[in-house]
Amino acid sequence: MRMWFICRFCCPAAQSNSNPEWEAKVLEYFKGQLKEKESHSWVPSLNDVPLHYLKPNSLVKFRCLVQDMFDPEFYMGVYETVDPSTKANVLRCGKYKDVTECGVDLNSRNTVTAERQTFYCVPIPGESPWAKEISFLSAARVVPSTSYVPSRQKRSYEEDDDDMDTQPQKQREPHTGTHQAEPHGNGDSKRQETEAPSSQTTTPSDCSSHLDLNFPLPGERGPACLVKVYEGLDSFKLNDTLEIYGILSVNPVLTVLGEEKDPSLLLLNPTESMETPEEQRAHDPPASLVPRLHMLYARPLQHNNPLLPSAPTEDQSAFVSSFLVEMASVRAELLAYLTHVLLGDGLAAEYLLLHLISDVYTRRDVLPLGKFTLNLSGCPLNSYTERLYQIVQQLVPCSYRLSMSLHTMNSMRLVPKKDYVANRLVSGALQLARNTSLFLDETQLEQGQLDSSGVRNITALGNLISWQKVDYDFSYHQMEFPCNINVLVTSEGRSLLPSDCQVPLQPQVTPPNMEEYLTTIHMAQFTSQINKFRVYLSLARTLDYSISDEVTKAVEDDFVDMRKDDPQSVTAEDLHRMLVVARLLSLSLGQTTLSRDGWMRAKHIDMLRRSRTEQQKSLNGNEP
Amino acid sequence: MSSPTSTPGRRKRNRDDIPATPKSTAKAGSDGQVSPPSQRRRGQDSSNGDLPAMPTSPATDIASPAVHDTSLFSSPPQLYSLEVDMSSPLMYGTPSSRVEGTPRSGVGGTPARQRPDLGSIRKAPQVDLHSDADGAVASEQALGQKLVIWGTDVNVGTCKEKFQRFLQRFIDPTSNEDENAGLDLNEPLYMQKLEEISVVGEPVLNVNCSHVQSFDADLYRQLISYPQEVIPTFDMAVNELFFERFPDSILEHQIQVRPYNALKTRNMRSLNPEDIDQMITISGMVIRTSQLIPEMQEAFFQCQVCAFSTRVEVDRGRIAEPAVCRNCNTTHSLALIHNRSAFSDKQMIKVQESPDDMPAGQTPHTTIVYAHNDLVDKVQPGDRINITGIYRAVPMRENPRQSNVKSVYKTHIDVIHFRKTDEKRLHGLDEDSDQKLFTEERVQILKELASKPDVYDRLSSALAPSIYEHEDIKKGILLQLFGGTRKDFSQTGRGNFRAEVNILLCGDPGTSKSQLLQYVFNLVPRGQYTSGKGSSAVGLTAYVMKDPETKQLVLQTGALVLSDNGICCIDEFDKMSDSTRSVLHEVMEQQTLSIAKAGIICQLNARTSVLAAANPVESQWNPKKTTIENIQLPHTLLSRFDLIFLMLDPQDEAYDRRLAHHLVALYYQSEEQIEEEFLDMAVLKDYIAYARTYINPRLNEEASQALIEAYVDMRKIGSGRGMVSAYPRQLESLIRLAEAHAKVRFSDKVETIDVEEAKRLQREALKQSATDPRTGFVDISILTTGMSATARKRKEEVAQALKKMIQSKGKTPAMKYQQLFDDLRGQSEAAITKDMFEEALRALADEDYLTVTGKTVRLL
Repeated sequence: MRMWFICRFCCPAAQSNSNPEWEAKVLEYFKGQLKEKESHSWVPSLNDVPLHYLKPNSLVKFRCLVQDMFDPEFYMGVYETVDPSTKANVLRCGKYKDVTECGVDLNSRNTVTAERQTFYCVPIPGESPWAKEISFLSAARVVPSTSYVPSRQKRSYEEDDDDMDTQPQKQREPHTGTHQAEPHGNGDSKRQETEAPSSQTTTPSDCSSHLDLNFPLPGERGPACLVKVYEGLDSFKLNDTLEIYGILSVNPVLTVLGEEKDPSLLLLNPTESMETPEEQRAHDPPASLVPRLHMLYARPLQHNNPLLPSAPTEDQSAFVSSFLVEMASVRAELLAYLTHVLLGDGLAAEYLLLHLISDVYTRRDVLPLGKFTLNLSGCPLNSYTERLYQIVQQLVPCSYRLSMSLHTMNSMRLVPKKDYVANRLVSGALQLARNTSLFLDETQLEQGQLDSSGVRNITALGNLISWQKVDYDFSYHQMEFPCNINVLVTSEGRSLLPSDCQVPLQPQVTPPNMEEYLTTIHMAQFTSQINKFRVYLSLARTLDYSISDEVTKAVEDDFVDMRKDDPQSVTAEDLHRMLVVARLLSLSLGQTTLSRDGWMRAKHIDMLRRSRTEQQKSLNGNEP
Repeated sequence: MSSPTSTPGRRKRNRDDIPATPKSTAKAGSDGQVSPPSQRRRGQDSSNGDLPAMPTSPATDIASPAVHDTSLFSSPPQLYSLEVDMSSPLMYGTPSSRVEGTPRSGVGGTPARQRPDLGSIRKAPQVDLHSDADGAVASEQALGQKLVIWGTDVNVGTCKEKFQRFLQRFIDPTSNEDENAGLDLNEPLYMQKLEEISVVGEPVLNVNCSHVQSFDADLYRQLISYPQEVIPTFDMAVNELFFERFPDSILEHQIQVRPYNALKTRNMRSLNPEDIDQMITISGMVIRTSQLIPEMQEAFFQCQVCAFSTRVEVDRGRIAEPAVCRNCNTTHSLALIHNRSAFSDKQMIKVQESPDDMPAGQTPHTTIVYAHNDLVDKVQPGDRINITGIYRAVPMRENPRQSNVKSVYKTHIDVIHFRKTDEKRLHGLDEDSDQKLFTEERVQILKELASKPDVYDRLSSALAPSIYEHEDIKKGILLQLFGGTRKDFSQTGRGNFRAEVNILLCGDPGTSKSQLLQYVFNLVPRGQYTSGKGSSAVGLTAYVMKDPETKQLVLQTGALVLSDNGICCIDEFDKMSDSTRSVLHEVMEQQTLSIAKAGIICQLNARTSVLAAANPVESQWNPKKTTIENIQLPHTLLSRFDLIFLMLDPQDEAYDRRLAHHLVALYYQSEEQIEEEFLDMAVLKDYIAYARTYINPRLNEEASQALIEAYVDMRKIGSGRGMVSAYPRQLESLIRLAEAHAKVRFSDKVETIDVEEAKRLQREALKQSATDPRTGFVDISILTTGMSATARKRKEEVAQALKKMIQSKGKTPAMKYQQLFDDLRGQSEAAITKDMFEEALRALADEDYLTVTGKTVRLL
């Protein structure tokens, strides 16, 4: 709470003495403060608090994905103003600000030009409602802060109190399937209400029609933000997920400057005509819709699971070691849960579990290691996949379901494309944060003609699965962006997309009413239980892993033996997959090294799976 | 009052001149405007010849030489006589040239042209560094030495002298720039260029900054730091020198110096506030060009009352409208006359940083560039260019209605010089356009690496370390990356010899062919990756598109043209449609692409190596069949591949063990361990780039002999069995491979060891792909004719047997088809299939022995 005060006062103070070291000191101070326990929860978050409740020029945080990086800009780091009445020259600081004070002396020799870059940031695409909700709740504790405009404070207090009361109730309520089905009905209807004023500003048809906030996924909402970055420009990459602490700037001047266009002035001042209207709109949207955030400090996020300590501190290691103890039991519970969800198919549940903790942990030249794309074939039709997605969504912090109908494949933009007129990267559905679960629903695909964009989309999905990369379309050339997305394909038969592993679903139970069945399963889980699963899945992914020399030897022997019997049966690709399975299997049990047992288990379940696919194949072969 | 009346007429005349002047090739879109004297006086131009006739109006009188000059000095103005300003760039020209010359000859007679690229420099007075102390005593000459332009350390006289010395003396015997083609490298380079200007009449002198740097580092520093002041000085120096030498030559306007290749900045990303107002060179790709913008340079006002006229310069985009007429003192009587104002052409160009320059994971930056006058419309979207220009930052316009402004500057570059980097693709000049610079240390590291005896093995194992074994394939690809030496036989009419090595990989699915292709694609700067399934002939070659805005036809290039000088990786080669594949025929041997579409007929260079991967038709490789039968590709295309490798699963225990070890290691080794074992990808990249650029090995005597022997041997093998086992194409690819291997060693000579390795590799490849499965012999005709010699022999035998049988039957003019087939089967010891029988019939029909109509066979 004290911090925004500091921020407001330290800048003017620093300006007057124009000591170059103050900048470093300010950053140091903030970083120090934020390291303190709990301190980051004092700072109001743009994700949770509606923009109009936040005080301009105060410290806020924003959990986001870097969607686009604009060109670097030069600004007046230090400038001189002349007071028209007293004629006194004052040196001022332009850092962390968008506009200057009045009466700038442009010819002053004391002007220092400095460089900064603007990132266009959007909330993490596909963030699950539960993740939003929990982080909102934890933020709600600190909401009655000085950051609220006093005149509105009363109302906000009430609302926050409301929130505090209603939310836990809602949590205690069993989460019904239908309730979860609504993409935005994330259980905090209260929050939507509080957001209403801000969404009103967005919704007027004329406004939203020409201002596309460029969210990668359709139907997303939330504030987009122009983040001004001053330091460490090279350390940020496109699609990084960051938690940014910075100074909020919503100066209305920013908007006015953009809109005021006198055509006669244009002729004489060609610098103005450099930007097309589209470009202006993309780069200088009204500050009321797209606030500016001057970054003080950014923390790269390894995950966006609010249940886990986010910073790699001692806290975390303590947390990890305490959780490791119950890892095996949680795994068993989760496996049982997934088995129910997958209609009693234990093997498929095992593989789904492995898939959910998979992660591209490194790359060897072009080869991504650790990816584990699962193709769940033989899925029952009629909204089963939809329900399955909802359950997955409940477990992972980030997910998106892409229904691969002909229409969506032909019309949807999956690959981000550079729009040279507006000079921005138009996002596509594959611009996702790391470890997002992408749920490809191939059961929705019907026979028909794919047009050229459809073919391109399918190729992009294929590339994503095989190489974990997306080739962004820069019109004159393509640029490759590596990604780390967990792809789950559900299909009737074998998927047309490549996959690392195909598991034909063999339902053990055939419930008469699928919806009811799944809803009952879901309701049977307590929130605390679900939360445990969530922590488990995020945590298992972060563990380290190694193989000892001894086991290496055993694996090699095993491989040679298998090949001896039937060289056709086991190929290098199979070994690749089994090594991944072994890795994920060990991690899922909380073991950080591969044991002989682990390897045998991996081999065993892979064998089961293969026999099942072959069985399926022969079945299909007998069909006319 | 001479000028206001004379100027429009003069300008008009000049406009008319333009279409008639053949020399003005570079003047597209410029209106060939001549600056009126009052404008020239402003300094960036050199029009002293007109000075005496200058007084035009009271308005300009105020700024007439004497008064104007005094403002240039911080020291008392009366110290300096008119002669001193001769050394000012604001007023340049030699005293002698001030004498009114004959029109259109000499410096004075040649009109100067404004240089909006340099911006206005009127705000740059000269300062005498010592004037406070002893300004009065100094002689004029000495004063001239000490004067510097305000804000800089540039002394006009010295600078001019230095530049003239540079022009007269600079020799670069090692120059290999194409622009200097035809010049005597042992004579002063730029004097020859001046001579060229006098002949061609294009008044632009391009100066390579690295030449200036090597000649006079201080001058170079000044040029980089104060281009706005130094370049006009250079202009002045050149013009003096030029008109001294060629007093009678007639130029459209005075020579303008265009420096290029400033070493200061190579990368758009590294531009920072310190570069503002300095000369920089960046590379990038044009993504957008604007329409032509007429920019007012000087406004022409006329008094509505007394018709008195005055001119006002544009100052930072603004025109100060005179409120009072100086002649009749009427207020607000002056009106702007548009068609008598002076305009210059301007174009806004957006340039994006080229993908090779970027760090991974970030988006490319763009920069706005302004081109002026004759540089307008020089570049098109999609061009890759090097831009030399002055980096500018303009504060956001202050809004009178707003008290505070946005604290951001707008930046752009005023272009002085464009250089297209991919220009050569169209002209076909044989030189690598990538002027990648290597630091000394880097070169040292590379050379050290090259001197190691096992460099070849090291490099090949560094290639795609995640892919196990296949050593020979990796070696083949390595040689492909280096390529042979380009040879030009166009003089003798054979055109270019292909220097690129083409490789085809075929084999079972899942043998990491695609991965190898992906790796190569990521390794080379100009790689393209396409899949045979998804690409059309158009996507591979080029297509013509109508620009929706300009209705102009634009040639869009496809993967093969884009990978000129690079490698085109084609996956699923077998899935490609026949029409698509047919375009490859030309590319893979002639290395060109011919296009005749929508009125555009041209031949593009596509000097690309092709690395293709094909799967066997029956999903698994059938070892009982030949390569052709397995992959069903036309042999005409196959014979264009230098090396064809099979990637098969060897299925033996030792291999399995090594493979397993390799894979497991892949999963558990840490990054550092991997790096220890293998060369860094960046080093490999640089190594290849260096070798490709700088190493051009030639065959030495022994190597030639070895090649001849190898070829003769290859032919001999076949002739023993009555077949041709080698064709000249094999010899050519042998030479290419040997050259590539010499490049790997950084050797300028192809020696016997290179030939040995080339032979070995080719033999390996042939052993794999051209082995006749029936006999077990290597038979090149499988690849060249699509059929092995034994198969052909058998076909002939069957035909002969059939003929004999028919003859033995005596005079039966017609026979039943089925009957004949059964007879032949009964007679022959070997099993005869229906296919073989039909083939035999066809062969006999070709001999005009019989005809087949329906089910009957008739003898002729």
